[in-house]
Amino acid sequence: MSAPVLRLSGFGKQFGSLRVFSDVDLDVMPGDRIAILGASGSGKSTLLRCINVLETPSEGRLELDGELVGQPSRAGDMRFSERELCALRQRVGMVFQQFNLFPHMTVAGNVAEGLKTVRSVKSQKALERAVAELQRVGLADKADTYPSRLSGGQKQRVAIARALAMDPEILLFDEPTSALDPALVGEVLGVIEQLANEGRTMLLVTHEIGFAYHFATRILYLAEGGIYESGTPDEVLKNPKRPLTQQFLAEHRRFQF
Amino acid sequence: MNYIWNFQDVFDNWWALAIGAAGTLRLFVVCLVLGMGLGLIIALGKRSRNRPVRWLSTAFVEFFRNTPVLVQILWFYYALPIIAPIEIGPFLAAILGISLNSAAYSAEIYRGGIQSIEPGQWEAARAIGMSGLQTLRRVILPQAIRRIIPALTNRGVEIFKMTTLASVVAYVELLQQGKLIASLNYNPLEVYTVIAAIFLIILYPIVRLTYALERHLARSD
Ligand SMILES: Nc1ncnc2c1ncn2[C@@H]1O[C@H](COP(=O)(O)OP(=O)(O)O)[C@@H](O)[C@H]1O
Ligand SMILES: [Mg+2]
Repeated sequence: MSAPVLRLSGFGKQFGSLRVFSDVDLDVMPGDRIAILGASGSGKSTLLRCINVLETPSEGRLELDGELVGQPSRAGDMRFSERELCALRQRVGMVFQQFNLFPHMTVAGNVAEGLKTVRSVKSQKALERAVAELQRVGLADKADTYPSRLSGGQKQRVAIARALAMDPEILLFDEPTSALDPALVGEVLGVIEQLANEGRTMLLVTHEIGFAYHFATRILYLAEGGIYESGTPDEVLKNPKRPLTQQFLAEHRRFQF
Repeated sequence: MNYIWNFQDVFDNWWALAIGAAGTLRLFVVCLVLGMGLGLIIALGKRSRNRPVRWLSTAFVEFFRNTPVLVQILWFYYALPIIAPIEIGPFLAAILGISLNSAAYSAEIYRGGIQSIEPGQWEAARAIGMSGLQTLRRVILPQAIRRIIPALTNRGVEIFKMTTLASVVAYVELLQQGKLIASLNYNPLEVYTVIAAIFLIILYPIVRLTYALERHLARSD
């Protein structure tokens, strides 16, 4: 049995008086693919954003490869130095719903940016790496294009390449296909599936339940301020045990044919 | 009206005007660099997490935005030496007055530009491990500055024209030289017409250049 890459314990987040989630315990093993489902507003994005500390978690511990990230303050919450944050985020990549590509840089420039600025890789070398990453998502021919010329699906594949360029141990996806035309969803899911086949460790927030079923090694259903139900895709999606999960899935099946 | 225009006396003094133009350009370049540079620093200060830094930056902006530049130049020239043991020449007094005022205005322009960038840009940069400063330098400012080039151009034009205020402490620039020529030859109409024309001839190409820069930077759209 190997050690978890990521361990959350007693993890929680509050915005003022709004408690989004609390007491979340989660072990992510190498190669795990975890799909996170839940109603809108159930805290899926917030949980993901607390894992790479784009939001500062209010309570609990975050460990990467068995090492605690951040220092506990006297009040009990965690404090993160700028250096720790930069180190953490290189190890935990993120892909956003809205792509968030840098519009003033070419496609290759977007992918090379982290290597150049964060890792101090020489420009030429970084661009070579960028083109190689773009090859993996099938967009090497777009290297010199600006993002404004790409379709939504292409933009998201570039965003994935940008995250991959930092060679992260874990990839976080926050509804990567929700901003896309239905016709473009497939090409992005295809890239994510390919990463799954390579054995990448990933956490994916999605509303594509069919994809989650085939993709995930484990499903988390978020509700009532925490992990409401979890298990294998068969357990959670085919035989949900708890009422809110059942209701959520029934809602999703309503217009299936 | 049967005024007979006579530009000969003005053109006979072309060298005095040339010296004035050199003084104007020198003051302009120094004030442009200092004003826009300091403005960026003040803008960042207003966004700082440190409360005293934020407060000082705001106080700076409000103070220099709400007092006349002319008064500031006079104050630095005549008043500062009384309370501090420093003699300030006309050049330095003009630099201080114009630069600090321009810094206050351009700080507001930078702040607006930085604020107009979507939070997702910050997040995407931070999410690949960039520091706050790296994000600012590589991602936020290049986009923000592109958006505020028209406003900054206005500021630059304003700075150029403000250099004439330095004549109040007898700094040798175009207007100062013009006054001199006019008082010797009793030809204010011709002299000030020529001065206005010189300003137009210098400024207009510079403004055209910033339009070209704007177009060049818009190539990624
Ligand atoms: N920055 C924030 N400030 C205050 N409340 C927030 C913030 N971000 C999210 N929330 C709130 O936290 C809850 C969970 O939001 P979110 O994690 O975005 O849900 P989901 O991604 O599951 O739709 C919502 O009630 C939302 O309004
Ligand atoms: Mg969300």
